Amino acid sequence: MAELQFREAIRDAIDEEMDRDESVFLMGEEVAEYNGAYKASEGLLDKYGFKRVIDTPISELGFAGIGVGAAMNGLRPIVEFMTFNFAVLAADQIINHASKARYMLGGQLSVPMVFRGPNGSAGQLGATHSVAYDSMYAQFPGLSVIYPSEPDDAKGLLKSAIRNDDTVLFMESEQMYGMKGEVSDDDDYTIPIGKAKIKREGDDVTIVATGKMYHIAKQAAQQLAKDGVEAEIIDPRTIKPFDIEAVVKSVKKTNRCVVVDEAHPFGGLASEVGFLIQREAFDYLDAPVQRVTLPDVNAPFSKPLFDLWLPDAKEVIEAVNAVTYRG
Amino acid sequence: MAKKQKEAFFTPIGTDESNNGKIDKAVKLPKPTKKKHKDLGLSDDDVLEMYEQMYLQRRFEERAMQMYQKGKFGGFLHLYIGQEAVSTGTVFALNDDDDIITAYRDHGWGLVRGVSANEGMAELYGKATGCSKGKGGSMHFANVENHFWGGYGIVGGHIPIGGGLAFANKYQENDRVTACFMGDGAVDQGALHETLNMSQLWKLPAIYVVENNGYSMGTAAYRHTVNEIHERSKGYGMKSAVFNGMDVFTVYENMKKIADEVREDSMPWFVEIRTYRYRGHSMSDPQKYRTKEELKEYQKTDPIERMKTYILDEKIAAEKDLDKINDRIEEEVLEAVEFAENSDFPADEALWEDMFADEPHFHDRKEA
Repeated sequence: MAELQFREAIRDAIDEEMDRDESVFLMGEEVAEYNGAYKASEGLLDKYGFKRVIDTPISELGFAGIGVGAAMNGLRPIVEFMTFNFAVLAADQIINHASKARYMLGGQLSVPMVFRGPNGSAGQLGATHSVAYDSMYAQFPGLSVIYPSEPDDAKGLLKSAIRNDDTVLFMESEQMYGMKGEVSDDDDYTIPIGKAKIKREGDDVTIVATGKMYHIAKQAAQQLAKDGVEAEIIDPRTIKPFDIEAVVKSVKKTNRCVVVDEAHPFGGLASEVGFLIQREAFDYLDAPVQRVTLPDVNAPFSKPLFDLWLPDAKEVIEAVNAVTYRG
Repeated sequence: MAKKQKEAFFTPIGTDESNNGKIDKAVKLPKPTKKKHKDLGLSDDDVLEMYEQMYLQRRFEERAMQMYQKGKFGGFLHLYIGQEAVSTGTVFALNDDDDIITAYRDHGWGLVRGVSANEGMAELYGKATGCSKGKGGSMHFANVENHFWGGYGIVGGHIPIGGGLAFANKYQENDRVTACFMGDGAVDQGALHETLNMSQLWKLPAIYVVENNGYSMGTAAYRHTVNEIHERSKGYGMKSAVFNGMDVFTVYENMKKIADEVREDSMPWFVEIRTYRYRGHSMSDPQKYRTKEELKEYQKTDPIERMKTYILDEKIAAEKDLDKINDRIEEEVLEAVEFAENSDFPADEALWEDMFADEPHFHDRKEA
């Protein structure tokens, strides 16, 4: 094991896969000469040159589509978005083309590629730079969506994503890039897509949280432990395919569940997981499933309003109190 | 006053241009080439093959239209009739492993790149024997094995994908050229402009071709876009051409020259081929935006009739030889209708097939 920053784990995953497979290349805004807007591709240009580490113009729709075409025609592109908030401009390529081309042509081609970049908010960046898109893309058949919370998960899952023969969306966070964690130094370290991980064991309540929200859940669990409430934290790591079995198994043990989701409340991860739990574990529930999400409001700039807007440990604790009927 | 008011309310420039009572024409056709087939390096057999290919595309679609009107299948049906010289001239000009991608008016492209009449008709019927297993329908013909990457349904959406095909070819240094076709409506999409910029920036071996058939659905070219389409290339410093698409030799001559050059220097082109669509945008189009007289004007330049006259004038074949070809095609198309009707629909299980190349995953799938 080695202690790495999140950004280093990502860079290492890309580096190892580029080294292993000539058809893997990286393109996106500022990925080459600038070494990545968040330094997630540091040193890759020096190592692989301009053929395989490609700075694009600010043309998300265009370079996402060039990635899709290149994937169809024998390559394995890693397309970086400076944030998934900008990928909205490329949504036609992700949703209408990458996820559909294989099916609508009767399986004649495949689109083995990774779209990656930070997801969700990163402090006071205003309404258009602050949305979490994992649930939205999980809506569309054919796409896998990964949103890891720790460097080790990031490395193992990104390597699996690059090797996957279909399109994978891999989401990171500006605020997590500097986080450190122990990362496996196995030569060929991969984590299967679609497998949740129990990050903390406990008997009193199940908290489902991934990405940046995992860290909020972790803070909440530490607080709750002081009050004698032991939370079990399940980090799905992959939004789609979703490991519902792991969640249901935990809920059957704890009989209570809180889902923490960085998206807005309507029709997202939290509502989907809540629905599945009520169907699969109805008789085991001692309280209705609760969720913590962003409100149905755009991200404000002003610091106090922004803090009010973003889910925090306090909200998670309140939700746990609700499902455990603690005043 | 009335005119002033019209001008004030977003009337596209060009709409009121007077043509002194002559028939309105949506697209001005440049002069066709004067070269004979031998000057172009085409044999008599090539010429007859071109004729046959164009005739197949024409009759396939006329039959498809008939079957559609009889209610034999549903969905959209965008016909290519009138534009057959573009697909045919291009495919003869390109190498067999050069890549082609187009929008949803794709039947002709499929047929000329190896989708059989049977597979094409079955696809229209949504049958399992269709070229895309009945999953795509009219808009999604494809024969990837033969480097026809398919028809795509979002206007402009496939243009960057065409750029990506070219990108991969350059990356793999395989000498293949990509030809990416679009309608004139697509020139107004941002996707085109982003792709042109990056193609020139990275010297992608691609030819972006606008099949200007005069209309973006029901909006005439002069009402939906400004200036000359082929001149868009200037903003990107890209090489460009404009030529007649009702004459297969003209298409062949120009596309061959351009493809050879792209193969040589790996610099992209932006090309406008002017042609005309005889039928509506789709089958539900009442075509109130154009006159019957206009249509008749273009039908005088019909690519198949033109080819027939040439063959007879040059004594490449006699009328009775062409009749034989026509009869053979007629039979092939009728057989295709029969094949499509007798083919099975996809099995229920096929609903779940072809989604993934890797491990399939379906959220909350109810097991049968």
